[in-house]
Amino acid sequence: MSEILKVEGLRKAFGGVVVANGIDFSLSAGAMHCLIGPNGAGKSSFFRLLLGEHAPDAGTITFDGGDITGLRSFQRIRRGISVKFQVPGIFKALSVRQNLEVAFQDHLHGHSLDATIREMLEFTDLQGEEMTPAGILSHGQQQWLEIAMAVGVEPKLLLLDEPTAGMSPDETHKTGEMLHELNARGITILAVEHDMAFVEQIAERVTVLHFGSIFTEGTIAEIIDHPGVQEIYLGTSDV
Amino acid sequence: MTPTSSTLAPRSRARVLLARLEGPQTMGRGPAFWGTAFLAVAAAAAYPLMADAWTVGNAAYFLIWTFMAMGLGVVWGYAGALSFGQTAFFGFAGYAYGVLTLNLGAAYGLTFVALALSVAFGGLFALVIGYFMFYGRIQGVFIGIVTLSVTLVLETFMAQTAGPQWRIGEARLNGFNGMSGMPPLTLPWFGGDILLYPGPSLYYLLLGLVVVCYLGLRIMLNSRFGNVLVAIRENPHRVGMLGYDVRLYQMLAFGIGGAFAALSGALYTAWGQYITPSSMGLTSAALPIVWVAVGGRRDITATLIGTLVVLAGFQSLTIYGSQYALVVMGTLLLLTVLAAPEGLVVGAMKLLGRVFQRSKR
Repeated sequence: MSEILKVEGLRKAFGGVVVANGIDFSLSAGAMHCLIGPNGAGKSSFFRLLLGEHAPDAGTITFDGGDITGLRSFQRIRRGISVKFQVPGIFKALSVRQNLEVAFQDHLHGHSLDATIREMLEFTDLQGEEMTPAGILSHGQQQWLEIAMAVGVEPKLLLLDEPTAGMSPDETHKTGEMLHELNARGITILAVEHDMAFVEQIAERVTVLHFGSIFTEGTIAEIIDHPGVQEIYLGTSDV
Repeated sequence: MTPTSSTLAPRSRARVLLARLEGPQTMGRGPAFWGTAFLAVAAAAAYPLMADAWTVGNAAYFLIWTFMAMGLGVVWGYAGALSFGQTAFFGFAGYAYGVLTLNLGAAYGLTFVALALSVAFGGLFALVIGYFMFYGRIQGVFIGIVTLSVTLVLETFMAQTAGPQWRIGEARLNGFNGMSGMPPLTLPWFGGDILLYPGPSLYYLLLGLVVVCYLGLRIMLNSRFGNVLVAIRENPHRVGMLGYDVRLYQMLAFGIGGAFAALSGALYTAWGQYITPSSMGLTSAALPIVWVAVGGRRDITATLIGTLVVLAGFQSLTIYGSQYALVVMGTLLLLTVLAAPEGLVVGAMKLLGRVFQRSKR
């Protein structure tokens, strides 16, 4: 498959703290990929660099055949990258419908906004919550609403920062099913995740980040069997 | 699936536009609301038949300020950027109207051309200030500080323009005393121009403008643009991550707010045929914030009603209570912030809505 994302020599430091230390990373179009690593490994910083929230000190980011390294965040979103944050980034005082309207209104291609919203409410199991203020939804529902909003901008690549944080096991499983369905619609998925059962549910390949560098990459089975991964996760060397 | 507005015939598109008179960004919907609104406008239209010309002219004065208040409502209440300096655009346009009309004269409807140009200049000035603020990543309370500084700098600058060298064509700026002697709005008419001095004619013109601006703002606020503005108020970071250029939307909202303040400024100059630097001073800058906060900044109807009520109260206090009027305004603002942060009119409208819903059950 063709590469949708290619990162070469990406480096970013805040003073003496290096959050990206020459990262080389690529992602095939249509992949479901997870990024794992201990706290402070640089996963969220890597996402911020991809989204243009941090400017890299060195390196290039190529997305869908074009260099996006110098683009602003909103321009990258328009190119086809979308994101769901760890803490739900929704409009809490607005209704669920208003949240979806803002996300979908410029991406209808002749379809009706009402029908699109109905479809997304069904997809995220939020039927009946259309007029509910988003801030009073349960945590899991807020996460799903944000996934729906992220899908609204017609992404080719969807970045998910711990999409199941704070979810029950049932909600986590349902989220995995949602992501599989989005992937089947042609959206490439790159998720930062700590829950290994969820990683196993969704990821075809996994990349381990450590101290701002790629530590290793492989299938979930290869990662679990990798002698160094548990060591960097747990700080033990008896694996 | 059904088609969107972009694929509809013009008549249907007009229907879609009218449908935006109601929406999530504006309170009030259905026959009860529009019936009440119609009655209110009808009562306002009948008012000159029951009052003397001076009182009607005074009511016209109240209407003039509602444009600045509605503009501030868009900038602060909807887009979430508290501007403390709408008076900068008010004063800028007020002076622009004076300079233009003193140079162009009042014949051939040129006062209306001057009015339109003043509003355009005021809006453009707001866009320039907005560009530097929002593209310079100024946020939160700093927007208030920058805008207040702009209006105070303008006030100070205009106050020192007393010398004869401070003139633009025929128009002397006149420093602290301000400009005067410019013509009122003048309507060319068969058999002689109609001069719109404070009185019923000007009142009707302003009432019509208020209705048009209010309805236009309702449509705008319930449009895609309004959706994005409200979302920016709630979570600008997320809006950027939905592919919107947040700075552009904030700048445009600020420009619209500035143009509305400019409309007030130009009309104020036309109404009284004078404009002074104090119209851009600290007290003048603070009052629109009181009107909008007390009525309810997050709803354009509440802003409009609140502004008229507070203005009328303020004038009564000024007449009967003299210097205490400003203290009362400050107290009113504090009470609103503490007891009804959404605004008194919004609180009352919500209460009425609940009572109405209960009575329907």
